[in-house]
Order: sequence, then structure tokens, then C-alpha cells
Amino acid sequence: MLLEVIIFITLALIAAVSAILVVTRSNPVISALFLILNFGALAGIYLLLNAQFIAVAQVIVYAGAIMVLFLFVIMLLRPENEKKIFSSNPLIKTLAFVIGGVVFIQLIYLIFIVRPSESQSPEVAQSIQAGTVEKIGTLLFTEYILPFEAAGFLLLAATIGALVLAKKKFE
Amino acid sequence: MNYLEIIVITLVKILIIFTIMMLTVSYLVYFERRISAWVQNRLGPNRVGWEGVLQPFADVFKLLLKEDIVPLVANKPLHTLAPILALFVAFSTYAVIPFGPDITVFGYKVSLVVADINMGILYVLALTSLGVYAITFAGWSSGSKYSLFGGVRASAQMISYEVSMGFSVAGVLLFAESLRPVAIVEAQSGWMWNAVLQPIGFITFLVSAFAETNRLPFDLPEAEPELVGGFHTEYSSMKFAGFFLAEYANMIIASALIVTLYLGGWQIPYIELLGLPSWLTAAIQVAGFFFKVGFLLFFFLWVRWTIPRFRYDQLMSLGWKVMFPLSLINLVWVAVLIMIFKL
Repeated sequence: MLLEVIIFITLALIAAVSAILVVTRSNPVISALFLILNFGALAGIYLLLNAQFIAVAQVIVYAGAIMVLFLFVIMLLRPENEKKIFSSNPLIKTLAFVIGGVVFIQLIYLIFIVRPSESQSPEVAQSIQAGTVEKIGTLLFTEYILPFEAAGFLLLAATIGALVLAKKKFE
Repeated sequence: MNYLEIIVITLVKILIIFTIMMLTVSYLVYFERRISAWVQNRLGPNRVGWEGVLQPFADVFKLLLKEDIVPLVANKPLHTLAPILALFVAFSTYAVIPFGPDITVFGYKVSLVVADINMGILYVLALTSLGVYAITFAGWSSGSKYSLFGGVRASAQMISYEVSMGFSVAGVLLFAESLRPVAIVEAQSGWMWNAVLQPIGFITFLVSAFAETNRLPFDLPEAEPELVGGFHTEYSSMKFAGFFLAEYANMIIASALIVTLYLGGWQIPYIELLGLPSWLTAAIQVAGFFFKVGFLLFFFLWVRWTIPRFRYDQLMSLGWKVMFPLSLINLVWVAVLIMIFKL
């Protein structure tokens, strides 16, 4: 138990510090690097919670695929040469504070006020088997088949949309 | 077994695998030079030691003695981080690949894999997807246009071929009904190697492995005639050696992965029918694994010195218009196979 606490505190510190560094760095490429580190620490925390599949998916999808595209765009567009977004319009700054505050209140509500649902017993949720691919796959294809297929259709629609947009540009 | 025994056994396994990897990497460089010489009807390095067998050590000393040059406009922390990241990814991937069956040493039952985790194959995919960053950051942090081009090319190439790679692996996983590499090897007993059952998936995975390791004919990120040295143009001394080591270590990983997924891993068909003592069977199986990996490594070198480099648009259209549909066809074929064998 003690080992778990030590690992959790280490990972949580890495996640928190890297999250702060993401928003304070002036160079977007360095920000992206710290965001990848943040995703990595988050994957470690998922592992501590026995959610092996979520942890690996976090690395493959977020740290591996999405961040590569982010970096790709940053490197090609070179946003450090663009005009600063806050100096162009002061209204954006106020808006950013409002949205940040709303998200902060949401997080406080989730962490301190909402209790985990009663329907799931803690033994099942904490067992080492709870986060394996087999368990998640079975649940996805039985209990959550409708949301799963709906998400699939949404992704298909988005892919076709992207293809149409790309094709128009080249014609 | 208590915790201490598990930790000691794991550390010993890590040490053995690390030593084998380092030795194989350094001799792979030597064999690359000798085989390229043989293909091109030259002699190759043959002066240091008998037939040049000490050449790898001479190379290492040369690289250690060179000056480490960092360009003025480079981002220094990232410029140092990139080769470290490349080596980290290359060496930590091997943890989940089994190289032999369970054996008994001094009364302990030892499985010949560092970590037999049930997410094994996903772990490999996760680490290879992180491998892109080493090259991308190397390209960007050097502050040179050739490096940047190399890095951007590498990331585009690697994420394109990861798609067909992932779909080919999905076929293997569906048939083995597990993500554990050990279970995948055990599912390929007898003649039922995945290379025989799913030839299309085997070919798409093989081609994707070449693209993922940036080897010729897909070494566009470091194409010399266009990009000087590509992403490692501005690297010298041991930092350059880091990338060099990582490339060869990645070849070993790719070969070991192909053997595990498609060529039956450490299994030799019908060897258990010979009735040999169990330690001899295990030894022959481990030797069989290393032989298969060795053959694939030779195949990597052979292809490099036989087939010319693709053009960049050819590479992309091959990846998206040929390999990706083929890997989808393979998935349908696996569904047919499952109907035949599993229902």
C-alpha cells in the first residue's frame, strides 16, 4: 500500500507540474512536449487504478497519435511567429477566465461532492481483472452496444467529412 | 516466490537481454558493412582483428573520441533528449517478447520473457508510437531545414504505416484470442504459423515494419541525396551513435516481433514428437528463435542493398492505397479462418 502511495504522489506531481508548464511555456513545441509527459503520467495513474487498457489506450491514442498531429501542425505553421492572440482582442482574455472558472467549478464538484455510483460494488471495481481488454470488450459489445455503435457512426461521418473537404481543395 | 526472488530473476533476465541486444547491435553494424560489400562485390572492413571481427569496438572508440557539436540555433535540452528517447523506446520494447518456453532453473520455474503482461502487444504498439517523437524532436531541435524536413517526413511516414501495422496485428490477435505474446506463440503450434494462415497480413506487417524502422527502401527521413542526413544531420559523436544504435535495436525488435506474431516464436513444428529430454527441447527452441530472428535480420540487410529508395509520394500512396486495403482484406480472411477453425 505504501509503495502505491509513493508512486501515486510521484506521478501526480509529474502530471501537475507538467500541466502547469504546458500553459506557461512560450514555445508551443515545448508545451507539446510537456503535454506528452502529462499524458504519460496520467497513463501511470490509470495503471495504479488497475485500468490497464485505458492506460495503454491513453499512450497509443493521446500521446502517440493525437500529439504527433499537434506537433506536425505546430512545426509546419510556426505559430511562434504569429501575432499574440491576447493582444489582438482583450475580450478573449476575459472569455478564457470565464471558461477556466466554469471548468474549475466542475472539477471541484466532481472531486468533492459526487460520490461513486452505488450500483457497482467496490470489490469489482478494484479487482485486477476490472480493466483488462476482455472485460471492456465484453461490456462494449453487450451492455454499451448502442453508444458504441453510435460513436462508430460519428467517427465514420467525421472521416467522410474530412475526405470531402480535402478533395475539394485539390480539385 | 517472494518479491525479492521475482525482482532478482527479472533483473537477471533484463541483464541477459540487454547484453545480447548490445552485442547483436554492434555486430549487426559489422554484418551490414560486410554484406553490403559482398552484394557490391567489394571487400568491406577486414583489418581490425581476424576478418575485421573487432571492427565494432573500433567504431565505438572512434565515436567516443569525436567532438560533440551542437549547432548555435539548436534547442539544447531537446537536442540531447531526442537520442535518449530513441534508445529508451528501442530497448524497453523488448520486455514483452518471449524468446523461449518456460524452463526450470535451480528449482525455480522461469518463463523466458521479462514481463508476461496481458497487454503485451498493445505495450509494443504504445512504445513504437512514442518512437516517432525521438525523430521529430531531433529534426525540430537541430534548427536546420534538412533536419526539420527529415523529422516531418518521419512522423508522416510512421503514422501512415502504423495504421496498416495495427490492422495486420489485429488479425493475429483475433486468431490467438489474446494480447499476450506468450499466448500468441502458443496458438501457433504445429504448422499453424500465422505466416501460413494469413499470408497477406504477414506481408503488410513486414512492409510496415520496414517503414517503421526507417530502413531502405523506406528511409526517406534520412535520404542522403535530398536531405544530407535527414533528422540526424546536426548530430555528432555519441549522440549520433545513439540514433545509430536505436535504428539497429529497432531492427532487432521488428524481427523478433515478426517472429513472435507470424513465424511461431520459439516453436519448432513437431519437435515434441521426437521425445527428447525437456531441457534439450527448450534449448533447441531458444536456438530456433534466435535463428529465425537472425534470418530476418539478414533479410533486412539484404533488402537494403538490393532495392532502391522509393520516392516520397510513392511511399505514401503505397501505404494508404495498397497496404491499408490489403490489411483490411486480411481481417476479412481472418474472420473466414475463425469460422473454419474455431466454430
